[in-house]
Amino acid sequence: MLQVNELSGGYGSGLIVRGVSFSVKQGELFGILGPNGSGKTTLLNMISGLTKPASGTIVVKEKPISTYALKELARVVAVLPQMTSSQFAYTVKETVSLGRYAHQTGFFKSWTDEDEAAVQEAMNQTGTSLFADKPLSALSGGERQRVFLAQALAQEPEILLLDEPTNHLDLSFQKDLLDLLKQMTSNGLTVISIFHDLNLASLYCDRLLLMKNGAVHAIGTAADIMKEQHIHDVYDTDVQKQPHPEVPKPQMSLLPARADVQPVEIGEELLEWHSDYISIRPPVPLKTLSSGVIGAGWGWRSAFVNRHVDKNYNLDNFEEEAANYFRERGFDLNETVGMMTAVKMDDVAYRRKVRDDVSVFVVTTAGVGNAVDVTRQRTSWKEKNKPGTINIWVFANGKLSEEAFVQGLMTATEAKAKALADAGVCDPETGTIATGTSTDSILIAATQRGAYQQFAGSITPLGIAIGLAVYESVTEALEKSSRRKAIR
Amino acid sequence: MRKRSTQTFLPNKKTAYAFALLFLIAAIFIGTAVGTIHVPFRHIAAILAHHLFGTGLSMDASIDNIVWKIRFPRVVLAGLIGASLAIAGAAFQGLLRNPLADPYTLGVSSGASVGAVLVLFFHVSIPFLGGFTLPVVSVAAAILTIFCVLLFAQTIERSMKLETIILTGIIFSSFLGSFISLMIALTGEELRQIINWLLGSVSMRGWPYVQLMTPFFIGGALLLMYMAPELNAMSFGEEKAKYLGVNVQRKKMMVLIAGSVLTGAAVAVSGTIGFVGLVVPHFVRILIGPDHRHLLPLSMITGAGFLIMADLTARTIISPTELPIGVITSLVGAPIFALILLNKKRKGGVA
Repeated sequence: MLQVNELSGGYGSGLIVRGVSFSVKQGELFGILGPNGSGKTTLLNMISGLTKPASGTIVVKEKPISTYALKELARVVAVLPQMTSSQFAYTVKETVSLGRYAHQTGFFKSWTDEDEAAVQEAMNQTGTSLFADKPLSALSGGERQRVFLAQALAQEPEILLLDEPTNHLDLSFQKDLLDLLKQMTSNGLTVISIFHDLNLASLYCDRLLLMKNGAVHAIGTAADIMKEQHIHDVYDTDVQKQPHPEVPKPQMSLLPARADVQPVEIGEELLEWHSDYISIRPPVPLKTLSSGVIGAGWGWRSAFVNRHVDKNYNLDNFEEEAANYFRERGFDLNETVGMMTAVKMDDVAYRRKVRDDVSVFVVTTAGVGNAVDVTRQRTSWKEKNKPGTINIWVFANGKLSEEAFVQGLMTATEAKAKALADAGVCDPETGTIATGTSTDSILIAATQRGAYQQFAGSITPLGIAIGLAVYESVTEALEKSSRRKAIR
Repeated sequence: MRKRSTQTFLPNKKTAYAFALLFLIAAIFIGTAVGTIHVPFRHIAAILAHHLFGTGLSMDASIDNIVWKIRFPRVVLAGLIGASLAIAGAAFQGLLRNPLADPYTLGVSSGASVGAVLVLFFHVSIPFLGGFTLPVVSVAAAILTIFCVLLFAQTIERSMKLETIILTGIIFSSFLGSFISLMIALTGEELRQIINWLLGSVSMRGWPYVQLMTPFFIGGALLLMYMAPELNAMSFGEEKAKYLGVNVQRKKMMVLIAGSVLTGAAVAVSGTIGFVGLVVPHFVRILIGPDHRHLLPLSMITGAGFLIMADLTARTIISPTELPIGVITSLVGAPIFALILLNKKRKGGVA
């Protein structure tokens, strides 16, 4: 549909775009990215025919763009600039109708049924037919941008060029506009658009062109382009890549520059004891990965609660009950990881371990009435009213990679299993050594300050500290709770 | 949104055309009828029918003379000038995307004035032209000025951005204006003549001036009206117009030349009559919207009617003394324009 070969050009004497080559297939949504002044708009202006290239060729539908007459080009390529304005109060319909200019031929330029149909369709597609008779000046910025999109669509183009189309639009209009464009590409329209927003571009574009200093830095799919290294090279900015929660496209998060941060040490002195719960409220939010009743998954949390409940606690709406409980005790649910156990708070065990440049503080409660050997098949599951949950909190005083979080989970789980084995805890149903209980919870929380820890495997300093601390604290917690049972 | 109330009065364009034409015809008849000797409408109709369609005439020859030789050509000339200035003003406002633009923005009128004042100052009389020397020199000076302005703008910047053209126009206007001031300062007994010409008048011109004006008017007006779709596109900006498929460079040049020729011819035959080209397009735009396909012809018709009425006022208000017509258009035009601006501000919209 469009081929650009070794294109160079600019305004005046200097070259702004230098040796850019790429091609776009029909029906593609092609995004152009790059920092300010990287030549995006100049490139687009050359493709739209506004600026003459200094060298190189642009071929549209197998024909060099320089051989197109202006009207002929306007029937193939339409452009939606960032912002279009008029001093005069044209109505929406009049504005959209101007899109038919290139289709009107002959001396009298009569308005045909075909023209009318194209205008109506363009207005329907963009949802602007509702205000067809209003003057442009009475519309909001987002509505106006849709009117100009309708105008471009009324040209019935095969290629649509957009210059940061979502620049002045609020969130929902941005999404609506891009959804519409995406849908139109499936009907064969080719869309080439400049984006400022990396994440929007990644979400919607089939392919991306990343420009730097007027040249191509990289071309490819979102997965190819949205790499931390690429973005850092081009924008000279630190970003962190994450997956989109719903769509298999990468997203970038900005990393704000932070003032020198004081190290924070999570330890015994932060433990708050209450009759029916223990909590830790660190002075700064911690990055967490957990399976708590409250605050599961990834997050930044500033309160951690382990709550005692009666062993008969068994509610259908336990999440709601738990939420109320935590709220009543002054915990902000958005910032809290909450766990529950039937174990008494006197039986909490904790350990602090230091290895090299990292320290770990682990807090554990362990009840094993529901102990399970996960490696044995069971035919049925008997509901038991015995207290039985192992809750493990691992606080790492260091800056952990996501990898370290996952390895920390593994290491802690391995240490827990070993502690159960050494204590001889058995699955009451199968009679074999248990690997855990049916309702265990775990938390890995890191201060993200101090030394960087890329790994937390079993032979790394962090891994060793986690392993030892978890093993010892689980063992102690088991002893405490079995002693209590023996007394009773 | 509040609908513009004026649009509810004139729901469709046909009504607008009907009103405008009615206004023009009424202006023509009133303009011809009123004077020291009153001529009834039916007599005017009969005389016009006689001269235009060759019907019989049973009337006093002196009445026929007053109507056909004196008043009617004056009305027609005033109409042509009003029409030219209004349509040129509408086109310039659209092209320059500036509601404050008028036919004189590009300095054409200054050029025409310099030509005319030179003729008056040096008592120039070109053989074969005689009394026609002034308008002919003036038109020539106007056209020369346009080309100088455009050439100069192109030298500054090949793509001839409209901002550049406006700036060039202002430079030329001021420069040529200083010439006029210089000649006024140096002149003696021609002072009153020059001032009168500059203030504008359509008196004592007769059919020859109408004939001089007509070809410029027809050519310029037709060209501008043919260019209405391009003007619509260009009022969204030159880039947008180009995206829509308009050959901006060429069409822009054609609009500028057509509008300037109209203006130059009008100034040459009548002097600089202000405010018509500014106020009339604004007024029409408020009534029917900015679409140039209707704005241009309606401005033309309304402008013709407006200037005929202004001339009527100029020659009757303190009769037998005649005021310069430019005084009347400005006296009426400026308050109207002020009202339009106030109204616009109150509605918060752009007319």
